[in-house]
Amino acid sequence: MMSCPQKNLAGWGRFPRSTSKACSVQSAQEIAGFLDEEGDVIAYGNGRSYGDSAIADKQIVTRKLNHFLQFDKESGILRAQSGILLSEILQVAVPHGWFLAVTPGTKLITVGGAIASDVHGKNHHHFGSFSQSVLDLKLMLPNGEIIDCSENENRDWFHSTCGGQGLTGVILEARLQLKPIKSQNIEQTTIKSASLQETFAAFEDYQASPYSVAWIDCLAKGKNLGRSLLMVGDFATDGDLDYRSPRGPAIPFNFPKFALNRLTLSAFNWLYYHKVRKKISQQMVSIDQFFYPLDALSNWNRIYGKDGFVQYQFILPKEHSYQGLQEILQIIAASGKGSFLAVLKLYGKHNANWLSFPMEGYSLALDFKVEPSLWGLLERLDEVVVKCGGRFYLAKDARVPKAVFEQGYPQIEQFRAFRRQHGLDKTLNSRQSVRLGL
Amino acid sequence: MSDKGFVLILGAKSDMAQSIAREYAGLGFNLYLAARNVADLESLQSDLQIRHQVEVRLLEWDALKLEEQSNFYQGLAPAPVGVVTALGFLGDQTQAQQDAALAQKILQSNFNALVAVLEPIAADFEQKQSGFIVGISSVAGDRGRKANYIYGSAKAGFSAYLSGLRNRLAEADVQVLTVKPGFVATKMTAGMDLPEKLTAQPEQVAKMVVKAQQKGRNVIYVKPIWWLVMLIIRHIPEVIFKKMSI
Ligand SMILES: Cc1cc2nc3c(=O)[nH]c(=O)nc-3n(C[C@H](O)[C@H](O)[C@H](O)COP(=O)(O)OP(=O)(O)OC[C@H]3O[C@@H](n4cnc5c(N)ncnc54)[C@H](O)[C@@H]3O)c2cc1C
Ligand SMILES: NC(=O)c1ccc[n+]([C@@H]2O[C@H](COP(=O)([O-])OP(=O)(O)OC[C@H]3O[C@@H](n4cnc5c(N)ncnc54)[C@H](OP(=O)(O)O)[C@@H]3O)[C@@H](O)[C@H]2O)c1
Repeated sequence: MMSCPQKNLAGWGRFPRSTSKACSVQSAQEIAGFLDEEGDVIAYGNGRSYGDSAIADKQIVTRKLNHFLQFDKESGILRAQSGILLSEILQVAVPHGWFLAVTPGTKLITVGGAIASDVHGKNHHHFGSFSQSVLDLKLMLPNGEIIDCSENENRDWFHSTCGGQGLTGVILEARLQLKPIKSQNIEQTTIKSASLQETFAAFEDYQASPYSVAWIDCLAKGKNLGRSLLMVGDFATDGDLDYRSPRGPAIPFNFPKFALNRLTLSAFNWLYYHKVRKKISQQMVSIDQFFYPLDALSNWNRIYGKDGFVQYQFILPKEHSYQGLQEILQIIAASGKGSFLAVLKLYGKHNANWLSFPMEGYSLALDFKVEPSLWGLLERLDEVVVKCGGRFYLAKDARVPKAVFEQGYPQIEQFRAFRRQHGLDKTLNSRQSVRLGL
Repeated sequence: MSDKGFVLILGAKSDMAQSIAREYAGLGFNLYLAARNVADLESLQSDLQIRHQVEVRLLEWDALKLEEQSNFYQGLAPAPVGVVTALGFLGDQTQAQQDAALAQKILQSNFNALVAVLEPIAADFEQKQSGFIVGISSVAGDRGRKANYIYGSAKAGFSAYLSGLRNRLAEADVQVLTVKPGFVATKMTAGMDLPEKLTAQPEQVAKMVVKAQQKGRNVIYVKPIWWLVMLIIRHIPEVIFKKMSI
C-alpha cells in the first residue's frame, strides 16, 4: 500500500526521536518507487537498533515484505524476504531440527536488520557473525537496480552491505544456511565469579563451549569489581523439537523516574545471591530462556521512562581488554550510573566486512538512562575505549562523536569512498550516517 | 497437504484476501487463490506452504468473463469446502457518470460477476448440504450517496443477493456470511485520507471475518462501530439526506 503516514519514531532506546515518514512496503516495485523520490531515505526493519541507524526523513518499513520463499528441510537452506522476523524463522525451522547459525539476544529483528548490522550472538567465538550464514542476498540500489551479492559475486557490495546499516541499498531477500540441532533444549552451566579476574579466567576455561555470555555487576566496587554470572551452554541431544514460543507480558506505560533506581539496585544482587547459590551449577533451559530472556517482557525499553536510554557497547582488543575494562568499570561504579547488569562477552576474529563490529577481544554493553549528566560520563569512557584501540557498535549507538567513532574502523574510508563512487550518499542517509559522515 | 479441504478465495490479490488466506492456512485449510495475473502471488504461495504445511494452488481467473464461471468452478478438483469473494472495483464515481463503459464495469465487477460465479457454487453446496460462502460487500451498499452510488448500488445488490442466498441455503445447512467493511487501509483506499478510528487494517478484518465464519455468523460489520454509524445514516430522513454531503 503506497502511503507514508508521518510518525514520531525512535530506535529501541527511544532516543533520539524524530518525526519521519514511514512508508510500508510489500514488494520490490513499491520500494523502487520510494527510492526514486528526493530526500534522505533508509530501510527500517523492526526498530530494534537502539539509536538512530534506522531513522531518516523517510523510512522504508519492510515488515510486510515477509514471505518465506523456499525451505529445504534436508539441507537447512532457507530463502526469505528481508522483513521476516527471526522469531518467524524459528517457528518454521526448529520443528524440523534447524536453528539460526547466529542469533542476537532478541529474536524480534528482521533478516534485513540482522544483515545490515551483521549481528552476532553468544557463539561469535565459534562461528562468527550473521553474514557468515548468508549464502547470498538480493540488494536494491537507489536507482531500482537489483543485484545479487555474496562472497563470490559482487564481493564489495556484500562486504559493504553486511554491517553497512542500510547505507548501500535495501536488502530484498537472502538465502541463509541454518544449523542442525537435535533438541530445542539447552544444557546450560552457570559459573559464579567474584571478580573481574575470575570472570576472565572463566571465559578462557570455557572457550570450548559454543555459546557463552556473562552478566556483570556494574555497581560492584573494590575487590568485587567485575563479579559476574557466566552462562555457557550447547543444544541438548534429546530429540525434543516440539517448539512453541512463549508470549510474555507487556510493559504498558513508561515507568516513573524513581522506579528504575530501586529496581536496578536490587536486581543483580537478587540474581547473584538467591537465584544462583553454587559456584558452578547446571540447568536445562529452553531456546527462549537461553537466547532471548529479554523478549519475555515486551516493551521492556519503557522502564527507562519517557526520555529514553542509550546502550553503550564497545569492544576492546584482547590484549588491552582486562586493563581497559577494569578502568571503565571503576569509572562507572564511581558514577553510580549505569544498568544493574551489563553484558560481557569474548569474541572471535573479525570478518571481511568493512563496518562489522566484532573483533577478537571482550565487549561490554550496558544501558544508561538519558539525563543531562550522562554525556560527560560517556565521554570519559570513550577516551578509555579509544586509548585501548577499541570500537563502538553502530546498531547500539545514538551519540558517539564522529572523531571517536572513526578511530575504531580502519576500513571506514573505503566505505565512504564506495558510497560516493556509486552515488549512494545522495539519498541513502540515516540520522546516524549524517552524524558520523558515513 | 492438510485434510481439511480447500478454501477458494476469489480476487486473492486483494490485501484483505491475502490476510484471509493467511488465517485459513493458519487453521490448516488448503487454498485455491484465484486472481488476474496470479503469478504475482507466488511468494505468498510459498510462504503459506512453508509456514503452515498446507497446499496452495494458484488459479488464473478473471471475474468479468461471466460465461466462463461455471466451467471454472467445475474444473476445481477437489471441490472447495468454502469460498470467499474479495474482489471489488471502486472506480471513479464522477468519471463513471460520463463514461457508460466504466459504470458498467463497476456494476459488473461488484455484482454481475459475483452472481455468475456464486450460482454454480451455491448449487453444488446445496446439493452436498455443506460448505460456506463469505461475501465481502460494503457499508457503501447500505445507503446510496453521491460520492460513490454506482459502486454502492452494486454493493447493495450484492448484499441483497447474499441475503437471499442465505435464506435459500439455510435449509441445506450452508452458511452464507455477509461482510460489510467500513474503511479498510488497502490498495483500494491508498492515498485517501481516512479517519483513523473508523479505519481497519486488512489483518484485523481477516481475523474477524474468519472468526465469524467459523462461528457460523450471518452478517458482520468491520469495524463493529460501523453498524451504529450505518444505523444512523440509514435513518436520516430522505428530505434531509438528499441535501447532505457525506
Ligand atoms: C534486546 C535486544 C538485544 C540485542 N542483542 C543483540 C546481540 O546480541 N547482538 C547484536 O549484534 N545485536 C543485538 N541487538 C541489536 C539488533 O540485533 C540490531 O540492531 C538489528 O539490526 C535490529 O534489526 P531490526 O530488524 O530491528 O532493524 P532496525 O533496527 O529497524 O534497523 C537496523 C539497521 O538495519 C537496516 N536495515 C533494516 N532492514 C534493512 C533492509 N531490508 N535492507 C537494508 N538495511 C536494512 C536499517 O537501515 C538500520 O540501519 C539487540 C537489540 C535488542 C533490542
Ligand atoms: N478498502 C475498503 O475501504 C473497503 C471498504 C468496504 C468494502 N471493501 C471491499 O472489500 C473487498 C476487498 O477489497 P480491498 O480493499 O482488499 O481492495 P483491493 O486490494 O483493491 O482488492 C480488490 C481486488 O479485486 C480484484 N478484482 C477486481 N476486478 C477483478 C476481476 N474482474 N477479476 C478478478 N479480480 C478482480 C482486484 O484484482 P487486481 O489486483 O487484478 O486489480 C483486487 O485484487 C472488495 O470487495 C471491496 O469492494 C473495501
